[in-house]
Amino acid sequence: MTGSGPVAGATAEVVEVTGTGPIGPYTLLRVAAGGIEPGIPGQFFMLHPPGHVLPRPMSLCRVDGGELCFLIDAIGPGTRTLCALKAGERLHVLGPLGNGFDLDVPHPLIVGGGIGIAPFPYVAQVLGGGPAILGFRSAHHAEAAALLPGAEVALDPVLVTSLLPAEPMDVLACGPEPMLEAVRARAPQAQLAWEAPMACGYGACYGCVVEVDGRLQRLCVAGPVLRAA
Amino acid sequence: MSVSLLNGSGCLDALTAPGVAAQLDAFVTKTITPEPREGNPPVRIVETEAGMLNSIGLQGPGIDAFLTETLPRLAAQHLRVWVSVGGFSSSDYAGICERLEERDDVDVVELNLSCPNVDEAPESAAEIVAACRERTKARLYAKLSPANSDIAESARAVVAAGADGLTLVNTLRGMALDPATLKPRLARAFGGYSGPALKPVALACVLACARAVDVPIVGLGGVQSGQDALELIAAGASVVSLGTILFTDPAAPGRIRDELKCEATARGYGDPLEVRGVANG
Ligand SMILES: Cc1cc2nc3c(=O)[nH]c(=O)nc-3n(C[C@H](O)[C@H](O)[C@H](O)COP(=O)(O)OP(=O)(O)OC[C@H]3O[C@@H](n4cnc5c(N)ncnc54)[C@H](O)[C@@H]3O)c2cc1C
Ligand SMILES: Cc1cc2nc3c(=O)[nH]c(=O)nc-3n(C[C@H](O)[C@H](O)[C@H](O)COP(=O)(O)O)c2cc1C
Ligand code: FES
Repeated sequence: MTGSGPVAGATAEVVEVTGTGPIGPYTLLRVAAGGIEPGIPGQFFMLHPPGHVLPRPMSLCRVDGGELCFLIDAIGPGTRTLCALKAGERLHVLGPLGNGFDLDVPHPLIVGGGIGIAPFPYVAQVLGGGPAILGFRSAHHAEAAALLPGAEVALDPVLVTSLLPAEPMDVLACGPEPMLEAVRARAPQAQLAWEAPMACGYGACYGCVVEVDGRLQRLCVAGPVLRAA
Repeated sequence: MSVSLLNGSGCLDALTAPGVAAQLDAFVTKTITPEPREGNPPVRIVETEAGMLNSIGLQGPGIDAFLTETLPRLAAQHLRVWVSVGGFSSSDYAGICERLEERDDVDVVELNLSCPNVDEAPESAAEIVAACRERTKARLYAKLSPANSDIAESARAVVAAGADGLTLVNTLRGMALDPATLKPRLARAFGGYSGPALKPVALACVLACARAVDVPIVGLGGVQSGQDALELIAAGASVVSLGTILFTDPAAPGRIRDELKCEATARGYGDPLEVRGVANG
């Protein structure tokens, strides 16, 4: 584990925003990495939207030279503030946090739905490519598939699970809960990246619990990537 | 002697974040209950304009596993430990106090008399303190609710019943609605309101209690900076706790300790504690 600062494995730093840009309906936010390590794909970072009380969890989407990129869907006040940041503004970032994907698998297959594609460009960077199936609500949303060249794309009402190959693959999935449940039913060995509202991201608040093995556990500590079965 | 900085109960887990706990002068545990508790269903947290709501519902291992598993691990981290105690009757509280009595690794027992997320004990705060006082010689702090209509009177009553100190304040009950559906965002509808919005409430409670009783006061509620901490001390606190700020800034204890010193020096005080009571003039 690397990282410096009070949370083991993570670094807390105020970094500079280097720019933002639209990708379909989403925004790609770029920040100077500073001393922050990108970590393992599927781990996450807490980004603190200026003026808000709490930070927001975000997956690292891509590493470009000295920049960390986050793909953000503006669904509420915090994500809207993050997407409206301008180059030169400062942002408090803590991470990497949680457990990422185990990429040491023989046949990785990326399965992403909507904003759930966010962690996969970095997964593909680390894997050096690999097959991907992505599902989107509309052609406008599917513009984000450009982040994963070569990916197979399903548009509503076609479901990503209908494109899963017959032969067993090591599925790495992130997306809306119904999609993850459908993937879980098809691929018990899959690694699924879940979401929950989080206040701290490092095990302090007990706000992010989800049911794992029949018990309510903190997703930021036990996950966000969990084995399907 | 300088100002001690603690964490608010439930706002830090020293076992998962030992590096954050190590910056504090003492670690306050999440409230411990007689039996293990699963806590409330999610959604448990929501941000609001000037604070946050939590409805954790005292998730925890219960006193048995706390004594056999958690406490030895905290002791191994060389932390001074304050144990926050909760329950649903005075005998719940007193029973836990008795169990803790055998342990010399507990610095202070803080009685959480004010959790807005679970049903309250039928007895008054003073009755609970009195029942605990009979069963323990440990230092007992009473954590009171800011929703109390006459907190000074409560302070007098718990001190008369044997409390050695006060912790002020817990969260206020609040609710947030989803703007689209107009349904509550928390699964349990209500939650405890904490963060910046609580600071003026905490200042008023600390001052009112400092005028009413002569015991140490732990001040907390919305502290984000050394300036906020200094204001609580001016109102009468001798110890300051950090809650919600730890979620955004896990380095807050070190930062706020430094800022506190600077803020005191800038006003001509050698030590932040010299400010104690200045607001009460
Ligand atoms: C580990 C992790 C990684 C994430 N990565 C990304 C990412 O790369 N890109 C991205 O755009 N988003 C990501 N998210 C989701 C993102 O954190 C939330 O969308 C964000 O916190 C919402 O904040 P807000 O203030 O904009 O909206 P809020 O006002 O908080 O929420 C608006 C609506 O969304 C719901 N909601 C809020 N937070 C969540 C959540 N975490 N999961 C499900 N529903 C929620 C609320 O109940 C509400 O209905 C991730 C979440 C987690 C836990
Ligand atoms: C997520 C969360 C959990 C909490 N759990 C407890 C608890 O178990 N026992 C308790 O006495 N107070 C609990 N509190 C209240 C805090 O200790 C503190 O009194 C309150 O948050 C005000 O301080 P702040 O504004 O700095 O957060 C909790 C607060 C939060 C935000
Ligand atoms: S987000 Fe606070 S414990 Fe997981």
